[in-house]
Amino acid sequence: MPQILVEDLAKTYRVAERDPGLLGAVKGLVHRRHRTVEALRNVSFSLEAGELLGFIGPNGAGKSTTIKILSGILRPDSGTVLVNGRVPFTDRIAHVSRIGVVFGQRTQLWWDLPVIEGFDLLADIYRVDSARYRANRDELVDLLRLAPVLDQPVRQLSLGQRMRAEIAAALLHEPDILFLDEPTIGLDAPSKLAVREVVARLNRERGVTVLLTTHDMHDIEALAQRVIVIGHGQVLADSPFETLRANVLAERRLIVDFAHEAPDVTLPGVEIRSRRGQTLELAFDPARTPTPTVIAAIAAAHEVVDIHVGEPAIEEVIARFYALHGAGEA
Amino acid sequence: MNSAALLLRYFSASLRSQLQYPGSAIMLGIGAFLTTIIDMLAAWALFDRFGQVQGWGLGHIAVFYGVVSTSFALTDFFTRGFDVFGGEFVKTGAFDRVLLRPRSPALQLIGYEFRLSRFGRLAQALLVLFVGAAVVGVTWSPDKILLLAWTITGGVALFTGLLVLQASFAFWTTESLEVFNVLTYGGIQAAQFPLSLYAGWFRNFLIFVVPLGCVAYYPVLAILDQPDPLGAPDWWLPTAPAMGFVFLAASFLAWRAGIRRYTSTGS
Repeated sequence: MPQILVEDLAKTYRVAERDPGLLGAVKGLVHRRHRTVEALRNVSFSLEAGELLGFIGPNGAGKSTTIKILSGILRPDSGTVLVNGRVPFTDRIAHVSRIGVVFGQRTQLWWDLPVIEGFDLLADIYRVDSARYRANRDELVDLLRLAPVLDQPVRQLSLGQRMRAEIAAALLHEPDILFLDEPTIGLDAPSKLAVREVVARLNRERGVTVLLTTHDMHDIEALAQRVIVIGHGQVLADSPFETLRANVLAERRLIVDFAHEAPDVTLPGVEIRSRRGQTLELAFDPARTPTPTVIAAIAAAHEVVDIHVGEPAIEEVIARFYALHGAGEA
Repeated sequence: MNSAALLLRYFSASLRSQLQYPGSAIMLGIGAFLTTIIDMLAAWALFDRFGQVQGWGLGHIAVFYGVVSTSFALTDFFTRGFDVFGGEFVKTGAFDRVLLRPRSPALQLIGYEFRLSRFGRLAQALLVLFVGAAVVGVTWSPDKILLLAWTITGGVALFTGLLVLQASFAFWTTESLEVFNVLTYGGIQAAQFPLSLYAGWFRNFLIFVVPLGCVAYYPVLAILDQPDPLGAPDWWLPTAPAMGFVFLAASFLAWRAGIRRYTSTGS
């Protein structure tokens, strides 16, 4: 049986609506109108122990709702959820003892307490045996390079330091599954790299199953073996990232520097994307027009200085994908 | 680690956080001591003018007030989490984090803060209680001390129930309802005077709806060795504080319904 099993999950919210302004607020007290929002409809997927899954989609697509249901905070309207064989929201205490959750924008540590004291308290909350706790804590402190900040109150940490401390805090009780909700949001480049490295190591070396939501496609590219794209409360795609990229945008980019003013290139199946001085950016589908053919044709007709073959940026892939499925900002 | 030991761990962590700003805690404590003294000054002014009201003097009032105020001061040490629940937990979604930990939500909220500054209120309440008792000539036999402890325990249960109820409403309103202060702070004001002074409907409110009378008036009559002027049977007087626990249990039903609502709507 898979470690996480989700079948036909559905969840709707009732959102109170009111007219703008003071009059609207007063009317809302007397008579409330409700709008039903379908956050999830028929979401199904499963995850084996040790997988590292990226969960992406526009804001309001249903990512957070799914994470909340998987972590036991929210009950679905219908459908099946089993995590480690347990139903998260009916068996809350047993369930949350075995998972770790990091919310990028919320802390689970104590603002005025030194990091180490917050860790100690968490170990007691999770009933971690003290010898195991010490060994595990020291390993995490080492892995996340937290030694210099252990004695500082959390409020004095930089965002990057805090996020590393948060990840350590979520792992003190040695969970089998780690949910990361936007773990790199607002971090500077070195901190993002550090977080990615740690998540990859935890997954590789400890076999922790990771489910990650993010808006940063570089997180996905660096980490996720598998990606689920969610939009309008439905799973739009569930595949390895490379497959997703290949399916959605089978497109190559060719950037050609000429020895002279960039010429007009008219080859079948090749489009000009941009022209800047002596440089031309061309786009084509390599399945229909093989890359060597394009290069050969251009080099035969013009004097070429340099050629660079590339792929569209990941952000572009995803934006295209959303557009294709009509899944813009919900 | 069991729940009681964990609570001590929470409290010691909270104290260490507060001691990062020791001056603040001390000043707040002194402030609470001084402002609550004013409560007593008002009663003193009243009785200085009229002497006695229906046979009750300032000493009696001090004992009624001291008992209910001690209960509230003790409650106030550990119920901060419930008091600020709407604004700090529901509105911000921080209650998610509470649900993500393998402990009961109520336990975690009690552990949220141990308010050091409440020593000021407790000191004032105990001072008023024992000075009042000395004035009216209470002799503290062991059974009276036991009765006092039982009364205060019932009072703590009742005030805790009020705060749990206030927090439960926040699941629906997402704000901490200030209107509950009418019941807590107003309740202390109301319970410092003997129930026999009040109109029937208000008396019934203080017995059957928010049973403040049961954790102050009735048991204090027993401590003062006075029969109830309204004719409640003698066995009832020391039994009444149990109503505080009944109220607390009912509040937890609302609390559970609130959590259920939260987990089905996600705030």
